[in-house]
Amino acid sequence: MSDFVQSLRLWFAPQRIRDEGETPDYRFSLANERTFLAWIRTALALVGGGFAVDQFLPDLRWGVRVGLALALLAAGALCALRAVNHWVRCERAMRRGEDLPVSRFPAVLSLVVAVVAVAMVVVVLFGWAGR
Amino acid sequence: MTEAASGIDARDPGLQPERTRLAWRRTTLSCTVVAVLAVKLAVSDEITAVGITGLALSALVWIGFLAVAHRRIRSLSPARPQPLSHRGALLAACCTIALAVFGAAMIW
Repeated sequence: MSDFVQSLRLWFAPQRIRDEGETPDYRFSLANERTFLAWIRTALALVGGGFAVDQFLPDLRWGVRVGLALALLAAGALCALRAVNHWVRCERAMRRGEDLPVSRFPAVLSLVVAVVAVAMVVVVLFGWAGR
Repeated sequence: MTEAASGIDARDPGLQPERTRLAWRRTTLSCTVVAVLAVKLAVSDEITAVGITGLALSALVWIGFLAVAHRRIRSLSPARPQPLSHRGALLAACCTIALAVFGAAMIW
């Protein structure tokens, strides 16, 4: 937890990172930036999926529709936050010459997406059966 | 001749700045799609004050993201560009989160 607070402080105090270690090869920084952008796109896709559930599944019950949409939106917001956090931590690790941080976030996110996908299949199938 | 030689020197052999620039463009495109979906969510059948507010905020967020991406794409033009600024990364993430929050408010 204190690790999280520490990296949160780094988000808003970039000069503290500049003080540490030495500037890595610009290609590594650019690769880190592209990874960050890929996560931002993943977050945008989740947010767009949340909008799409609300827009294109109007026959669902209100609770199910809003629940699914809000879950996808929350996952998108979380993914964006985590993108910044991971980018900062990678940047710091490269400056210090440490190993890059490992993360269980990709596994958790893919499980969440799988659960949401199965839930949507079930909901759509039951929606058809009930009609 | 010297110009051509310096041109080869000035170009990254792995085209890293170009790839990063294209990644920013892809991300801008994704942000545009999500902003359009947000506008569609805000203005459904009748025009209300809430709908107009949602539309204006979504447009604002989209323009904000466009500005961040444009600044970064411009700063990627030298052969050895500076790393992404913290402000740029935070703003890009904040735009995504803002779209999610508007969407949640409008869906609720």
